[in-house]
Amino acid sequence: MSASLAGARIKWRQPSILPGFVPSLTVTLVWLGIIVIGPLGVMLWFTAGLGWEGFFDIITRPRVLGDLWVSLYTALMASLVNAGFGLLVAWVLTRYEFPGRRLADALVDLPFALPTAVAGIALSTLYAPNGWIGAVLAPLGIHIAFTPAGIVVAMMFISLPFIVRTVQPVIQDLEVEQEEAASLMGASPAQIFLRISLPAIFPSLLTGFALAFARCLGEYGSIIFIAGNKPFISEIVPVLIVAQLDQFDYEGATAIGTLMLGVSFLLLLAINLLQAWVRRRHGG
Amino acid sequence: MVRITLIIAAMLFMALFLVFPLAVVFSEALSAGLGSYLSSIADPNVTSAIELTLIIAVIAVPANLIFGVCASWCIARFDFVGRNLLITLIDLPFSISPVIAGLLEVLLFGLNGLLGNWLSNNNIQIIFALPGMVIATIFVTFPFVAREVIPLAQEQGNDEEEAAVTLGASGLQIFWRVSLPKLRWGLFYGVLLCNARAMGEFGAVSVVSGKVFGETDTLSLAVESLYESYEIQAAFAVASLLAMLALVTLVLKSALEWWHREELHAVRRKKAA
Repeated sequence: MSASLAGARIKWRQPSILPGFVPSLTVTLVWLGIIVIGPLGVMLWFTAGLGWEGFFDIITRPRVLGDLWVSLYTALMASLVNAGFGLLVAWVLTRYEFPGRRLADALVDLPFALPTAVAGIALSTLYAPNGWIGAVLAPLGIHIAFTPAGIVVAMMFISLPFIVRTVQPVIQDLEVEQEEAASLMGASPAQIFLRISLPAIFPSLLTGFALAFARCLGEYGSIIFIAGNKPFISEIVPVLIVAQLDQFDYEGATAIGTLMLGVSFLLLLAINLLQAWVRRRHGG
Repeated sequence: MVRITLIIAAMLFMALFLVFPLAVVFSEALSAGLGSYLSSIADPNVTSAIELTLIIAVIAVPANLIFGVCASWCIARFDFVGRNLLITLIDLPFSISPVIAGLLEVLLFGLNGLLGNWLSNNNIQIIFALPGMVIATIFVTFPFVAREVIPLAQEQGNDEEEAAVTLGASGLQIFWRVSLPKLRWGLFYGVLLCNARAMGEFGAVSVVSGKVFGETDTLSLAVESLYESYEIQAAFAVASLLAMLALVTLVLKSALEWWHREELHAVRRKKAA
């Protein structure tokens, strides 16, 4: 009788002899609820209060659509260019031994550690027409600071580690035997890279690209200094949200925030699916 | 030949994109000599920004440390329905723009926010004051400790803890004498990254700060205030403090990765997979 009752109970956790499950789970859920889930719920609730039409009216304002376009294409450009350079850096740091390799490897995380405001004023100074890099480019007619190109440069800076650190472990795990076999059978280095190494690296590169893209879309601190912040041209969505808040347009800020949250969720979903794909390919 | 070309290309890219920005911070900070560098830092508004930054970190980092330990205990030591969903929810603040983190606090505690009326009736100020900045910082650094410790604890398994239970240890004894020593380097690693972000956060804190230079400006916000009032050298002097914090963080992080690479390596692999 008691055995059948126990069997009928839904087992939502595996039995364990360790203590402390209920208190630790309670603290975790309460803290998560207060800091993250609750506030997000409040934002969605405020958005629901606008009604579908109110929400739609705000997110189809020309300035919102214009800035969304700027955000999307600069983030896409930055992540694409970084996918190339990030792969190069990851490959060189993992495959080759050379003086200064450890230092360079540590430096990859600089954008994680350097506060974004510092990155912002540093990049803005470097790429201004009289800066170290800007002064070289200005005579060629290339202007980076205070244009959309500046946004791309700042985004590239902050998102580089995402790509390098996602791709690096996969390059480390590549079996050199396959490349050696291909080489013995007469494949050129380019053929080996394109037909053997790259297909193995590609899923992780795609994941890194998606992580970088998500980070670029949300970035604010490093961009405001180097972008001109002109609506439709060099203003990104997070800057627009702050502008709405400064004008006390809370409805506008809330609706645009919810839109961005939706985009982030879609990206998160894509990243999770990509990672599941990578796991399947690597068999665990 | 290919190898040398690739190495040179990668190092040139890194020099241009990572070393130059770092170098320009120190070069601009010292552009008017050491004397004015030191006097920019000794400015009372800057020292009060240093103080505020430290206060925020001293509250936010332990809060996330305690959370990370709790979360790792229930997630890594037990197997229950919804565990993966819980991990995803903990990671959520990573994929949310810091500006939205600030917006959330405004919607909760601002004058027109959910609790705005109640707070102003009781004369409690959260937005444009220290509490709002602390909460926004806790939000953006929320996953830092948890996501370092959970994979490490999962990787290490429960064998030692289970042995301790069978030998009659109490829950607290197991935690302090078995689990904590096992996890200490992972915890330290998480705290290091959490602290760097907490001290350097800009977007979220800028939305909820009153932005009064000398009162509600953190170091990051002071960089902005000075830069916007064209005190470029002073802005870079303050920025150099944050850059040094970043460099110290990187050195400690690399040292940890070097000395404890066995355990941390397993974690990185697990996260990347």
